Amino acid sequence: MADPMKIRAQMKGDTAEVRVLMSHAMETGQRKDNAGATVPAHFIQSITVDVGGKRVIQGQTGTAVSRNPVFGFKVKGAKAGDKVVINWVDNKGDKRTDETTIAA
Amino acid sequence: MKQRLSTLLVAAAMSAAFAVHAQQPVKKPVPPPAKAAASAKQGGITAEFEKFREVLEEDNPAELFEARGEDIWKHKKGPDGASMAQCDLGLGAGVVKGAYVQMPRWFADVGQVMDAERRVVHCMVKYLGYKEEDIRKQPFSNVNKTPDHVSVITYVAGQSRNLKIAAPQKHPKEKETYEIGKEIFAYRAGPYDFSCATCHGEDGKRIRTQDLPNLRKPDQAIRAYQGWPGYRMTGGFMLTQQWRMNDCFRQQRFPEPGYLSDSITALLAYMTATANGQVYKGPGIKR
Amino acid sequence: MDALRRTLLKGAGATGAIAAAMAAGVLKPSQVLAAEWNRAAFDAKDVAGALKGLGGAGAADNTGIVIKAPDIAENGAVVPVDVSSSIPNTLFLAVLVDKNPLPLSAAFDFANGALPELALRLKLGQTSLVEVVAKTADGKFYRAKKEVKVTVGGCGG
Repeated sequence: MADPMKIRAQMKGDTAEVRVLMSHAMETGQRKDNAGATVPAHFIQSITVDVGGKRVIQGQTGTAVSRNPVFGFKVKGAKAGDKVVINWVDNKGDKRTDETTIAA
Repeated sequence: MKQRLSTLLVAAAMSAAFAVHAQQPVKKPVPPPAKAAASAKQGGITAEFEKFREVLEEDNPAELFEARGEDIWKHKKGPDGASMAQCDLGLGAGVVKGAYVQMPRWFADVGQVMDAERRVVHCMVKYLGYKEEDIRKQPFSNVNKTPDHVSVITYVAGQSRNLKIAAPQKHPKEKETYEIGKEIFAYRAGPYDFSCATCHGEDGKRIRTQDLPNLRKPDQAIRAYQGWPGYRMTGGFMLTQQWRMNDCFRQQRFPEPGYLSDSITALLAYMTATANGQVYKGPGIKR
Repeated sequence: MDALRRTLLKGAGATGAIAAAMAAGVLKPSQVLAAEWNRAAFDAKDVAGALKGLGGAGAADNTGIVIKAPDIAENGAVVPVDVSSSIPNTLFLAVLVDKNPLPLSAAFDFANGALPELALRLKLGQTSLVEVVAKTADGKFYRAKKEVKVTVGGCGG
């Protein structure tokens, strides 16, 4: 199973700043291994972010997102204590959901 | 000891020269690094790198490996139920906070001076049942795998974030190890007649776009200490100080030392103690 | 518009509203399926093809889109890029790298207070234009670009 994400969420004024680190190889499908064989593409395709029970972000990604992806979002009107739930799904169907609460 | 070391190094240097001759024609010697002040354009590029380096350091995927290492440290059990809670990194069994910046140090239980990486591997073998020969098969990370011990070292290093470096120099063996490290640092050998000091023994040197710290000075030794273990952007894995030191040997065309060798511990003792009093910022991010 | 935004992002269960929106000519059927990975756009080999796949072939240049990225990247494997749009009612941002084999890197919908702003890190195979496409609530597309040079060399650091 994939490693947990690291999620940081903190209020700045009336806006929550959300940063997330994901553990993923993000293989492009263009890299060759030492034996010269192409390493198959393996990458996150879909990301969702829910804050306080509402879907705020729905993202799609391709192979050019760096390995072990980092994303940053801003959500206006969120409150300290709101739950942040982030989910990703990759092209092989592997997935991971993690959550945190927004710090003041 | 000194005499034995010199003999060893001469032998190493000779075998290095032979190894290189045997494998490939010797290329033209690399000219020593140019002075940094040579180009104003260089300064602009460095400034641009620095600006975005802060952005990169703010969210460093090294944290993912710290978390993985923490999980192993806190939850993994050895075959007889032992855990890393029994591992003494020099500050008492199970104490991780501040331990990384206080190694290399003398460990009476093994009668050796050990650097952080050596001690962590020692504990993982002793308590968690890892086999040293397995660890030696892949001591360093590559694009396919960051080994468990590297994640644990990253966790241990993260527990010294924002603490002052304080490598002990009390025990006679700690002092001796420092002196050996100092001697290796200055020892010229190999097909290019290089030493560590060729690149890192004077102020204001650089190689391509990178400024090179003078490791004889505390405020510059910290620059070489800082950022390790480092998240390697190319490939996305963690590399340790042991790897960095080994790579310096490779770049000098010396034979690479075996994993966890005495010479690397000695170099780390010299570099770390030189940087004593400087603040360590935790695992970093490297190009 | 807020109600529509919500229903769009909720996807299933809001069929009535979406059907109504489609009937009113606000939505094209392809936009309703946004939750499914946009293969046509992500598999496109050039920026024009990716834009077409996103439905934004006619995107107009707009300075309201801000791209923060290094002029010279230290390492093409990890280029920090921060994009935002001050164009009113921006609901969608896509990030493309013109010289990459597959230019489209990310396509994000924003709703329920999420600001049209996205920080991410991209692989750049070589010196490229990072292009950003924004879509507003009225279905119009806008674009902006910034060059990022990629260097090579250096040792272990």
